[in-house]
Amino acid sequence: MPDHMIQLVELTKSYPGQSEPAVDALTLDIPEGEIVVFVGPSGCGKTTTMKLINRLIEPTSGRILLNGADVTGSDPDELRRGIGYAIQQTGLFPHRTVAENIATVPKLLKWGTERVRARVDELLTMVGLDPAEYRGRYPKQLSGGQQQRVGVARALAADPPVLLMDEPFGAIDPLTRETLQNELLRIQREIRKTIVFVTHDIDEAVKIGDRIAIFSEHGRVAQYDTPEKVLSEPADEFVADFIGAGASVKRLSLTRVADAAVATDWPTVQRGEQPRESDREFLLVLDEGRAVEWLPRRDGRGGLPVLNAVGPDHTLYDALNAMLTNNSDVVVVTDAEGTYRGTLDMPAIQDLIHADDTTSVPRRATKGEVR
Amino acid sequence: MGFIEYTADSMPALLGATLEHTVLVLQGLGLAVLIGLPLALLTYRHRSRGAVLAVAGVFLTIPSYALFGLLITPLGLGTAPSVIALTLYAFLPVIRNTVVGLREVDPAVVESARGMGLSRTQTLLQVELPLALPVIVTGLRVATQMILGIAAIAAAVNGPGLGNLILQGLTSAGTPFAVYLTLQGVIGIVVLAILFDLFFAALGRLTTTRGMMIRA
Repeated sequence: MPDHMIQLVELTKSYPGQSEPAVDALTLDIPEGEIVVFVGPSGCGKTTTMKLINRLIEPTSGRILLNGADVTGSDPDELRRGIGYAIQQTGLFPHRTVAENIATVPKLLKWGTERVRARVDELLTMVGLDPAEYRGRYPKQLSGGQQQRVGVARALAADPPVLLMDEPFGAIDPLTRETLQNELLRIQREIRKTIVFVTHDIDEAVKIGDRIAIFSEHGRVAQYDTPEKVLSEPADEFVADFIGAGASVKRLSLTRVADAAVATDWPTVQRGEQPRESDREFLLVLDEGRAVEWLPRRDGRGGLPVLNAVGPDHTLYDALNAMLTNNSDVVVVTDAEGTYRGTLDMPAIQDLIHADDTTSVPRRATKGEVR
Repeated sequence: MGFIEYTADSMPALLGATLEHTVLVLQGLGLAVLIGLPLALLTYRHRSRGAVLAVAGVFLTIPSYALFGLLITPLGLGTAPSVIALTLYAFLPVIRNTVVGLREVDPAVVESARGMGLSRTQTLLQVELPLALPVIVTGLRVATQMILGIAAIAAAVNGPGLGNLILQGLTSAGTPFAVYLTLQGVIGIVVLAILFDLFFAALGRLTTTRGMMIRA
């Protein structure tokens, strides 16, 4: 079955002296080219399951199929060289330079020097680090975010079809974390790997995942579905609890402004023109195609500047946030260049939340597209 | 005749004894590394390392005079019991520092090495040992300093080295050059200790790669 890159069949891991298995007869298919996020509370078996895939932990019973081939009994070192691996603490080799770290697996695979060098530079550029500046540095000379970028580059070095990531952004400050998440999605758009991503953060799971597997305990998957489905139709109480309050708000981050119904009927006026009659309290002043000012209809004076306009790549969550920030029930929508496109208001967002989930929710943003 | 003059006259004998002393210490250290290092590599992840370290520790508690003497029975007199005694004393610093150095390597670094497909041996040779090397070299340094002094006892079992000068001085106490002989032996050992220390300091710096020196 080529469309399933990884198949776990009745996979079980029990440790001696423990009454309950850490992973209990787990069967899971992971489609090729998608990001599947394992999410769940601590001790739910998500990390164990991930390590069973590259056999850092050997299963007690069950089978692992990689691209259709049973790898349960194959040479584990050989297997791992074909699977990228990135972890939270990065695990970069402190005695080796960034370039040497990234070259680890290519060298194991006996690539030529020139090929390795070119690949290192290519990967550094891909993860947003200037090769000339960073290839000769040591891990300790990098910030946490930069180390994690190198960790991702190292995992991708030999171009493996599968990438395992164990809470890679867990120890990073929220701002850098967001950047790294966006960059992973950007990179994924180019490389289309099969990625298994472990996190305990449901927001990260919703943002990153094409599919989410919510682990309850002992490697039991309570729900395995797209983020929309998980948020709109939690399979059971455990999933609902785990998603926590605010599932509706979280769903907003799955829809981009570009895919929402943008109203284009807001009364506008060109800068310098006389305000026209309108039923709205404010008119939008346009200047060379850009919305610049909210002008009160009554006296045409004392306008308010347009703040926090949202672009097509923003999500409805961003749009709602902009409204709340501006203390307004409407937000200006622009295109990618900043040209006025229309407006989005609170009722429109409410409609989206309460629309019939299966039919009228607009296509969600494809993972990997810039938000 | 003053000490300087006496030493100038007896220089060949002094240098000969110093060379013997150096060789003796290197033999003892070498054997300790040859046996201790593999032992540490085999046991550092295993519970048995506790037993190994305990045994190595016991050797250190045996008074040196007694240990040299006890080894006469199986090994006879001369170089053999001297080398073996020094080896037994060097075990603890060599084994303990190797075990500690290897265990101090960040588990995440080892896990990522294994996760990328480095074999057990490759992980040890390419990652764990290079990172543990400065600690291991410190162990060698401590061992050497320790057995440089203890090696003087070798003279008591007819072994080689500077101990013979000290022993001669002690047994001929009261004669004109007794103190000079003892002084020569002591100063010889102190000079050797300084030279060895300088060597190990340099080796320690050499084995600490640039990436490990940088403060996080």
